[in-house]
Amino acid sequence: MAEPAKQLEPVQHQDETLPPWKEAWRNFKKNKIAIVGLSIVTFFIIVAIFAPWIAPEGINDQKLSERLQAPSSEYWFGTDDFGRDIFSRVVHGARISLWVGFLAVVGSAVVGSTLGIIAGYYGRWVDTIISRLFDIMLAFPSILLAIAVVSILGPSLRNALIAIAIINVPNFGRLIRSKVLSVKEEEYIMAARAIGMSDFRILFSHVLPNSMTPIIVQGSLAIATAIIEAAALGFLGLGAQAPQPEWGAMLSASRSFLIQAPWTMFFPGLAIMLVVLGFNLMGDGLRDALDPKMKT
Amino acid sequence: MTTEPLLRVENLKKHFPLRGGVLGKEIGQVKAVEGVSFTVQKGETLGIVGESGCGKSTTGRMLLRLIEPTEGDVYFEGKNVTDLSKTDLRKMRRDMQMVFQDPFASLNPRHTVEKILEEPLKVHGIGSPAERKKRVRELLEIVGLSSYHAKRYPHQFSGGQRQRIGIARALMTRPKLIIADEPVSALDVSIQSQVLNLMQDLQNEFGLTYIVIAHDLGVVRHISDRVGVMYLGKMVELTTSERLYDMPLHPYTQALLSAVPIPDPTFEKDSIVLQGDIPSPSNPPSGCTFHTRCPFKMDVCEQKVPLLQEQEEGHYVACHLYSKDGQAASQNIDKPEEVKI
Repeated sequence: MAEPAKQLEPVQHQDETLPPWKEAWRNFKKNKIAIVGLSIVTFFIIVAIFAPWIAPEGINDQKLSERLQAPSSEYWFGTDDFGRDIFSRVVHGARISLWVGFLAVVGSAVVGSTLGIIAGYYGRWVDTIISRLFDIMLAFPSILLAIAVVSILGPSLRNALIAIAIINVPNFGRLIRSKVLSVKEEEYIMAARAIGMSDFRILFSHVLPNSMTPIIVQGSLAIATAIIEAAALGFLGLGAQAPQPEWGAMLSASRSFLIQAPWTMFFPGLAIMLVVLGFNLMGDGLRDALDPKMKT
Repeated sequence: MTTEPLLRVENLKKHFPLRGGVLGKEIGQVKAVEGVSFTVQKGETLGIVGESGCGKSTTGRMLLRLIEPTEGDVYFEGKNVTDLSKTDLRKMRRDMQMVFQDPFASLNPRHTVEKILEEPLKVHGIGSPAERKKRVRELLEIVGLSSYHAKRYPHQFSGGQRQRIGIARALMTRPKLIIADEPVSALDVSIQSQVLNLMQDLQNEFGLTYIVIAHDLGVVRHISDRVGVMYLGKMVELTTSERLYDMPLHPYTQALLSAVPIPDPTFEKDSIVLQGDIPSPSNPPSGCTFHTRCPFKMDVCEQKVPLLQEQEEGHYVACHLYSKDGQAASQNIDKPEEVKI
């Protein structure tokens, strides 16, 4: 009986021999909307990287004779009340917004995941303390909490970033905690313990990689919210400060001449909308690609 | 047998706390395993059978201390496993390995077969990377797969093939004892015998000792030298495979065996159908835990716990039908006047 087993043929075809991430990319490519999202995001990243070469003028070049000019072939997005080129400022603003969004999300993902993994894997009173902490933070509306944090730290772009990172920690923490709770009961975790693996090694080699998918998805969606939150703080004057070309701060500055010069508000707003849309579409696509079970 | 057994288990117990209320206070206990003792000789296969919830898997996991025992001792090669420090325990696991029930869940879906098989060697610091890779390929061939399967992921294999990978993983560190927890119950019947035969071939080739946990009496009979029958956290009968199937002593074993289907349509069997359900292990019956369903129940069964005693050579049974208490009691029924205060 043991002999015929040796001729067992592989069940699937050769081209199925793909590592999980390649399979995810194949799923992602099929999703047109997700590709649109990825293109928008890539476009903004390129703009941000090459901002100094793309922008025709410096961000603080003032031409008082050319104040509040409507969009034209010379000033594509028009000029603001100091005669600064809005196109150049929006292009540079991409740097700030993406950077803030990215850093804040990485920070909250790292802190949140660490806390979430510890809470989920060790359970008991550790879990109780961490989970209650998350509950307390989630009890406040997030933007209110961010405002509170910034008012303690003082208004600046860096502090706005820290505040956004802090308010997003419980989202990541709870997400990964629940994932870890289910992953740690899997039999391969028991199997890893049976072969003599240490807890620490199990956490990093088995629990973490199998709990990563929701973090990647949540991360890409959270960048969108983080950008909005940064813009909101900038608008309230708690984030980026006056000469910095942050989109939210530019919106705030445009309030006084909304009627005479709507372009001062339109283009920074459009930029925020587009970049948020891009991250959202990409995040949804990632979710479908990484977790095909959820779709059907 | 005079030689020290490979594994000696003494009075092993596991009580899981039942928590309830706002503060998670302990409101009771589930007595999953309630005093199990047995020995396993080198090179033999001990089967443990019982219906689901009787504590057989918990027992298997406690031997490796994947679940910490509440009470009792496990001696492996004379060393008490329950006293080992975490570090020593991890080293010990090199010699005791486990094969799991569900071949779909026991392999990490994100790792290739090579990584899965290499892991035990890495954990125990055995061999250079090249040697490890060589051993992975070697073992894949031994369990009836091909070395080119090493680069694949678990989802690309069938259940039987995955279980072969699970067995290969257990063999990587050249262990002495393998605990197989329902190794074939998740597989198709046609594949079951292949995997069981593979396990037997490997036993002959490497001098392995097995503890096979199963609910399927046919599987256990096929592979075991000795069989222990568990009911509600206790071992009720323990003897050689032939004797258990030819002459079961405990009423529970008799009922279990009579439930095994016989592939003969003309055969008229009078199977013993047990009444009622298995009682809850959080509130087990007094005395003999089987008395609520036993067709031969006596008064003494409700009061006294029967001990696992040697009835014939190598045939242990925990039942008052064979105990002194039980025999005295049955005589008392005949002559109640003789009982004095």
